[in-house]
Amino acid sequence: MGRYVVRRLLQMIPVFIGSTLLIFLMVNVMGDPIAGLCGDRQCDPATAAQLRKEFGLDKPVWQQYLTYMGNVFTGDFGTAFNGQEVTELMSTAFPVTIRLTIVAILLQIIIGITLGVVTGLRRGRPVDTGVLLVTLVVISVPTFVTGLLLQLLLGVEWGWIRPSVSSAAPFDELIVPGLVLASVSLAYVTRLTRTSIAENRRSDYVRTAIAKGLPRHRVVTRHLLRNSLIPVVTFIGADIGFLMGGAIVTERIFNIHGVGYQLYQGILRQNTQTVVGFVTVLVLVFLLCNLVVDLLYAVLDPRIRYA
Amino acid sequence: MRAATHARWAACAVAVTLAATACGGGGGSGGDSGAVLSSSWTDPQNPLEPANTNEVQGGKVLYMIFRGLKQYDPKTGEAEDMLAEKIETSDSRNYTITIKDGWTFSNGEKVTAKSFVDAWNYGASLKNNQKNAYFFSYIEGYDEVHPEKGEQKAETLSGLKVVDDRTFTVRLSQKFSSFPDTLGYNAFVPLPRVFFDDHAGWLAKPVGNGPYTVESYTKGSEMRLTKWDAYPGEDAAQNGGVTLKVYTDNNTAYTDLMAGNLDLVDDVPAQQLRNVQNDLGDRYLNTPAGIIQTLSFPHYDKKWNKDGSDKVRKGLSRAIDREQITETIFQKTRTPATDWTSPVLGEDGGYKEGLCGEWCEYDADEAKKLIEEGGGLPGGQVKITYNADTGSHKLWVDAVCNSINNALDNDRACVGSPMGTFADFRSQASTQKLSGPFRAGWQMDYPLIQNFLQPLYYTGASSNDGKWSNEEFDELVDEANAETDVAKAVETFQKAEEVVRDNMASIPLWYQNGSAGWSDRLSNVALNPFSVPVYNEIKVG
Repeated sequence: MGRYVVRRLLQMIPVFIGSTLLIFLMVNVMGDPIAGLCGDRQCDPATAAQLRKEFGLDKPVWQQYLTYMGNVFTGDFGTAFNGQEVTELMSTAFPVTIRLTIVAILLQIIIGITLGVVTGLRRGRPVDTGVLLVTLVVISVPTFVTGLLLQLLLGVEWGWIRPSVSSAAPFDELIVPGLVLASVSLAYVTRLTRTSIAENRRSDYVRTAIAKGLPRHRVVTRHLLRNSLIPVVTFIGADIGFLMGGAIVTERIFNIHGVGYQLYQGILRQNTQTVVGFVTVLVLVFLLCNLVVDLLYAVLDPRIRYA
Repeated sequence: MRAATHARWAACAVAVTLAATACGGGGGSGGDSGAVLSSSWTDPQNPLEPANTNEVQGGKVLYMIFRGLKQYDPKTGEAEDMLAEKIETSDSRNYTITIKDGWTFSNGEKVTAKSFVDAWNYGASLKNNQKNAYFFSYIEGYDEVHPEKGEQKAETLSGLKVVDDRTFTVRLSQKFSSFPDTLGYNAFVPLPRVFFDDHAGWLAKPVGNGPYTVESYTKGSEMRLTKWDAYPGEDAAQNGGVTLKVYTDNNTAYTDLMAGNLDLVDDVPAQQLRNVQNDLGDRYLNTPAGIIQTLSFPHYDKKWNKDGSDKVRKGLSRAIDREQITETIFQKTRTPATDWTSPVLGEDGGYKEGLCGEWCEYDADEAKKLIEEGGGLPGGQVKITYNADTGSHKLWVDAVCNSINNALDNDRACVGSPMGTFADFRSQASTQKLSGPFRAGWQMDYPLIQNFLQPLYYTGASSNDGKWSNEEFDELVDEANAETDVAKAVETFQKAEEVVRDNMASIPLWYQNGSAGWSDRLSNVALNPFSVPVYNEIKVG
C-alpha cells in the first residue's frame, strides 16, 4: 500500500510539469497581455516596456516558465495585474469554491444515491420511469438554463432566495447554486447507482444474504450498496476536480467570487499569473482526488489489493 | 430590501425623537440623507491609483473620493472650478494655479500646492508604471521623467514649481490653451502624504478629499463608502453612503435589481434592453457618453493609401445603414454618428451635428459609384477585424458587413474577422499588423474636442493606430492649441475635423450611450460625461 502511494505520487510529477507547461504555453500564445491594459488606446511604449520587464514578459517563454516554476516551489505564485498577489486571490477564492463543491457533492451523494437505490430496487415501476425521465431532462438541459431559470423563479418571482450570493458565501446561500452545479452529475449518479443496484440485486451473494434471513435494510446497505457503489465512487471522485474547475458558469450566474470567477477574469484580462496559478492548484486537486478514489476501491472491495 | 426599510424606520424613529429632523420620503427635496445605496461594480483592472486608473470601474471610486482643480458639470460637460480659485495665464504656456483655502483630505491633512505637485510628479514618473502618465506629457520636463527609451533622467517635472502653500506654477512644453479644462480628469487630483509614505496601506484603504470616504474595501468583492460629514465642498453627498458590489456578470446585477437586492445598475445588459421599459419604466436612463465607435483603416498599408482610397472609404461609409443597425442591434443605446466627436461636448465644446454630411448617410447607389470611382475594394474584399471576447462586437460587425454587402450587391464584399481576446486585438492593432479596417472605440479623457482629434489623427500620436498623417490637419491642430480664445480654438479644431472628413481618415459609426437602471428607493440619478453615476446627488428614500 505505502509503496503504491509513493509510486503514484512520483507519477504525479511529470503529469504536473506537463500540464502546467501546456497551460503556460497556451496562455502565452494568446499574445501580449500588456496591450489589453490600456483600453482601446495604445499603452505608452515606455510604460508598457517597464511593465513587461516587471512581469518578466520580455524574456523568452522557456525562461519565464522556469522562473515561474522556481517561484511556485517557494510558494510565490506571482502578482496579478491589479497588484494583488495571486496567493491572496487564492486564499479568498478557494474557500468559496470548496464550500460550493462540498454542497454539490453532498447533494449528489444524498439525492443521487437515494434516488438510485429507490429506482434500482423498483425497476420498471412508475417511480423508476418517472425518475429516469427527470434525469434525462436534467442531463439534456444546459447548466446555464437551469441556473438562470431557478434564479429567476426562486429569486425574483417567488423571492425565496437571494438571486446572488453575498461575498461571504455562507453554506445556506450556496444550496441552490450547489444544486445547479451538481444537477447534471446528480442525474448521472442516479443512473449509475440504479444500473449497478439492479445488476447486483440478482447476484448470488444477495440471494444468499436474503436466504440467511437478514433484514431487508441490512441486505441493501451492507451487501448490495457496498458492492454497487464502486463505479459511483469513481465518478464522484473524478467529479470533484470537474466541479471545482468547471463552476465558471454557475459562479457567474449567481455572482459567486470563487475559482471560476478568478479564472474567467484571468482569461479575459490575459493574466498569465492568475490563470496558471489557479490551474496549477486545480491540477494538484485533480491528481489527489484520483489517488484517493483509487485507494477507496481497496476499502470498498477487499479483493483489490495494492502492492 | 426589507431589512434596510426597517433600519430606515428605526433610524427615522431615533432621529424624530432626538431632533425631529427631516426623514422618510415626501417633499421636493425629501430623501433620507443617512441611507446607503448599493451599486453594481466590477473589479478595477489596475491598482486604484489616480494616474493608473483608465477605466470606468476604478473611475467610479476616484470620482467619489477625490476632487480635483476642476470638475466637469454632469449635464453640460463644462469644466468648472472645484479646488481651483484661479488658473491664470498670459501666453497659454505658463500657468499660475491658486487653490482655494479650507480644503483638507479626509484624514485631516491640508490640501496644498505640494499635494498636487507631488501627485503629478508621481503620475508622470516612469518608474511608477502609471498608465495615465501621458496626461502629463504637455508639462515641461516630461521627456526627462518619462523618456520613450532608456533610463529616466529626472525624478520630478521641471515644469512644476510650488510657489507657496496655495500656489504653484506649471510650464508646458508647448502652447496649449485648453490645458485648464483637462484638469478635471482623475489623473490630476491631489494626493495626501500617506499615499507616498504608506503606499500599500493607502491602496488597501484609499484616502482622498472627495465627498465620500472609504469605510472598508474587500478586494474583488465589495467597497463600502460613507458620506464624509466634514466635506468642505459644495457638492456634499445627498445620501449616507454607497456600497459598491462586485458582479461578475451584469445580467446577475440586473436580476438583483429586479429582486430588490441592488439599488443601481450602471450598465444594463444588452439582452435586457428589450425588457427594460417594462421592468423599470422611467427608472431607466440612456444618455450619450463620451464614447465614439469608428472603423479605422491601415493607412500604413499601400492598398489603403493610394489615390482614390478616400473615395473607397467614403463609399464604405455610405454603404453602412447606421440608423437601422443602432435601432435593431443596439435598441437605440447607440446614436448614429454625424461627426467625429461626441454630443457630450455640446455645441460650444465643438460637437457639430451633421459635420460629416452626406458622407455618413446611407445611399447604396452612391456607395457603389464611389467605390468604383476609387478603384474598387482593395483585394476585392474588406475584412473588419474585431475582438470577439467582449462587448458583443460580432453582432454589429456582421450587421455592418451585411449592410455593405447589400449596398454593393456582392455577398463577399465584406466579412468580419474575429480575434480571440481584446489584448491580442489591441497588440495587433497597435503594432500595425492588421491589413484591413478594424473596429476602434474612443472614450474621451476629458470633454474637449482636442481629445477626439489630436490623439487619434495627429501624425505619430499615441492612439493613431492606423498611422494616418496629414500636414494640413497637423497644422490646424497646432494652430488651435496655440489659440487663446476658446471659441476660436474650437472653430479651428472643427476645421481640422473637416480635413479628417474630406479624407475619411476613419468612418464614424455611432456614439455610445451610457445606461443606468435603479430601484424605486432612488431619485435624482444622472450619469456624468464619463458614464459614471453622479453618486453624490442621488437621493435615497
